[in-house]
Amino acid sequence: MSKEWPLWEVFIRSKQGLSHKHVGSLRATDATMAVDNARDVYTRRSEGISIWVVESIHVFANDPTESDSLFEPADSKIYRHPTFYDVPDGISHM
Amino acid sequence: MNELFEYTIRMADDSLILGQRLAELCGHGPILEEDIALTNISLDLIGQATSLLNYAAEIEVGNRTADDLAFLRYGTEYKNLLLTEQPNNDFAHTMVRQFFFDSFRKPFYEKLQLSTDKTLAAIAEKSLKETKYHLKHSSEWVIRLGDGTEESRERMVVAVEALYKYTAELFFMDDVDQKLLEQGIAVDLNEIQKEWNRYVNEIFSEATLEIPENGWVQSGGRLGKHTEHLGYLLADMQYMQRAYPGMTW
Repeated sequence: MSKEWPLWEVFIRSKQGLSHKHVGSLRATDATMAVDNARDVYTRRSEGISIWVVESIHVFANDPTESDSLFEPADSKIYRHPTFYDVPDGISHM
Repeated sequence: MNELFEYTIRMADDSLILGQRLAELCGHGPILEEDIALTNISLDLIGQATSLLNYAAEIEVGNRTADDLAFLRYGTEYKNLLLTEQPNNDFAHTMVRQFFFDSFRKPFYEKLQLSTDKTLAAIAEKSLKETKYHLKHSSEWVIRLGDGTEESRERMVVAVEALYKYTAELFFMDDVDQKLLEQGIAVDLNEIQKEWNRYVNEIFSEATLEIPENGWVQSGGRLGKHTEHLGYLLADMQYMQRAYPGMTW
């Protein structure tokens, strides 16, 4: 049996942010300890107001060898970007 | 004797000495996450000591600054609890020491917030937030290690046996306290003791640990009579100012 504690992924929501962002990972024996450790390791400089932790083994990722078929087809479809509109003068914050 | 100075110094030294003890673990924690947690707690305590020593220097109306009080007093002039100067030893000792202290500090600060001394009340209010987290942290570790593996439990039993004798002193009161109690400044530690006993029993029963029954207690820190460990700690802490007086960086 491995003596290493399970790995957890940490997500922090900042004061301004709407969504939790992945900030890194850490080790902890259980979810409660993971949140406490995340508080100590990742919010020391007032980075956040909310913490999520997910045990890393529950993250299912795409197969990197399939990158070609997954991501390249989108490269040639520039019409999916909303850049074909004329923005009238006087409209700010676009 | 200025009672308010003495009262403030006692409190400041508890934070300062325990903060220094925990700082020794910087880079030596059992795992990276806990290393940072212990250092955070150390910094919280040293921050509390800074506020309290600044206030003590103000009360004294002498030439000594907070830094002078922290770094240039002799061992017998430190008034911290003996508990706070006990060595880190293993992680069980470190956590049991922290748990006994936090279990005292939280209810103490809760009451000190209501002090008629506005500065102490303000420091208590600010420090309480930190202390609540310290107590949560140490309580969880006491439960986890006490009710953990055979080895962690064994080490916890040894640590409790070694440190419990210093807990009676948490509730030490003398003329300093009596005089300030009359003015509504000090906290009545008899009340804190009830809360401390209740909480420690609650966590210990969850941790399947027992409070030693032999009843032997050790005290003296509040009057400047320390265990042999304080001298070594001060030698470490004061070295720079003693070797290079007035140095800053």
